[in-house]
Amino acid sequence: MAAPIAIHLEFGGGAELLFDGVKEHHVTLPSQSEPWDVKQLLVWIRENLLKERPELFVQGDSVRPGILVLINDADWELMGELEYQLQDQDNIVFISTLHGG
Amino acid sequence: MPIQCSSCAKKRAVLRRPKTGYSLCKSCFFWAFEEEIHQTIVSAQLFNRGETVGIGASGGKDSTVLAHVLKVLNERYDYGLKLLLLSVDEGITGYRDDSLETVKRNQQQYDLPLTIVSYEELYGWTMDAIVKQVGLKNNCTFCGVFRRQALDRGAMMLNVDKICTGHNADDVAETVLMNVLRGDIARLHRCTAISTTSDGEGAIPRCKPLKYAYEKEIVLYAYFKKLDYFSTECVYSPNAYRGHARTFLKDLEAVRPSAIMDIIHSGENLSVKEGVKMPVQGTCSRCGYISSQALCKSCVLLEGLNRGLPKLGIGKHHRLHDKILTQQALTQQEEKKLKAMDF
Ligand SMILES: [Zn+2]
Ligand SMILES: [Zn+2]
Repeated sequence: MAAPIAIHLEFGGGAELLFDGVKEHHVTLPSQSEPWDVKQLLVWIRENLLKERPELFVQGDSVRPGILVLINDADWELMGELEYQLQDQDNIVFISTLHGG
Repeated sequence: MPIQCSSCAKKRAVLRRPKTGYSLCKSCFFWAFEEEIHQTIVSAQLFNRGETVGIGASGGKDSTVLAHVLKVLNERYDYGLKLLLLSVDEGITGYRDDSLETVKRNQQQYDLPLTIVSYEELYGWTMDAIVKQVGLKNNCTFCGVFRRQALDRGAMMLNVDKICTGHNADDVAETVLMNVLRGDIARLHRCTAISTTSDGEGAIPRCKPLKYAYEKEIVLYAYFKKLDYFSTECVYSPNAYRGHARTFLKDLEAVRPSAIMDIIHSGENLSVKEGVKMPVQGTCSRCGYISSQALCKSCVLLEGLNRGLPKLGIGKHHRLHDKILTQQALTQQEEKKLKAMDF
C-alpha cells in the first residue's frame, strides 16, 4: 500500500475558470495499492475538483491540447508526462494557452 | 532524474522547445527566446532608429510578453526606439475593464507611457451597447472591425510610426487556416506577411515581432518571468467557427509540434494565380480609412447602428453604399431586410 500523499495544484492562464476561479488547491490523494501517477491524478481532478465543462480540461486520458503542465516547475514533457509518479509535496501547475492574447 | 540543459549542460532543463526539441534551463530559454525575436526584427528590418513604436496592449499574455521583450531588446541592442503602450477600451463590462487594470500595472512595471482609446469616444458606442442592439451573433464582427481602426486612430493621435501586435505563430497558423476555410484569397495572400506598409491614408504600418514564437513558449516565458497578465474569456460568445479551427490546430500540434510552422510556411509560399479577382484598395469616401469599397467596413457598421439597421454591415450590401453616401432613403423592403436580427 502506498501512503496518502499531499500535493499542491495550481491552475492558471484561464484554466482556473473551470475550478470556480480558484487558482491554488492543497489536496491529499488517498492511499491506494499502486503509487499515484499523473494519469490517475487527472481522473481524480475530474471527479473531485472540476466544476464545469470537463471537455475543456481533459481529453481522453490526457489534458486537452493547449493546456501546459509543469511538474515541480519543469515542463511535464521532460518528466514522463502521464507516467510520472507523484511524490509527497509535489507541485503541479496547469496553464491554459487557449485564452485571449 | 532531472534532465540537464542541452545548451549549457550545467543546470536543470525546464522545458522542451516545440520548435527544436531541445531541452533548456530557465536562463538559456530566456536568452534563446529573446534572441530569436531579435533575429526576426533584424532580418525583416521591422524598425528604424528613432521611430516611435506603439505596442498594441490588451493585458493578455502575448502583448504583455511583447512589451517586455521589446523593452529588453531595445536596451540590449540599442535600437533607439521610443516605445509606448496603446490600448483599446471596447467597453465590455467585467472583461475589458479588468484587463485594462492589468495594462495600467504593466505601464508602471515596464515604465512605458500608456494611452487608452475607447470605442465610446471614437464611435459613440460601447460594445455593451452594440450587443444590446445587434445581439450575440455578429458582435465579434463589430468588435474586430472597430478595434483595428481604433488602434490606427490612437496611433495617429500619438504620431506613432509603427504599431506592433502580439500575434504569435499559433495565431498566424490559425489565420491561414481560417482564410482557407472561408475561401478568402485576398486575406490568405496577406495574412502571413510579418509587416504591412502604410498602404493608404489612415493606416499605420503594422508588424508582428512574435510571428515565429510558439504560444507554448510565450506562456512559459510569462510564467517563469512571473509577468503580470490577464486571462479570461470575452463575456460575449466567441466565434464558433474559429473555435473549431483553433481546436483542430492544437490537436495537430500535440501530435506534431512543427505543424504550426509548416502551416505558416505553406501560407508564405502560396501564390495567387493570374485571373483571380483581388479587391483593389482605395480609401473610404467618408473617413479616409483604407477600403476596397466606397465606404469602409467600420463606417458601414456605424451607419447601420446609428440608423437602427444593424445588419447593414453584415454580409454583402455594397449596392446600398451609394444610397447611404448620398443620404437617399432606403425602400421599405431594404429597411426590413437590414433590421431583423437573430438573437
Ligand atoms: Zn542552460
Ligand atoms: Zn470609413
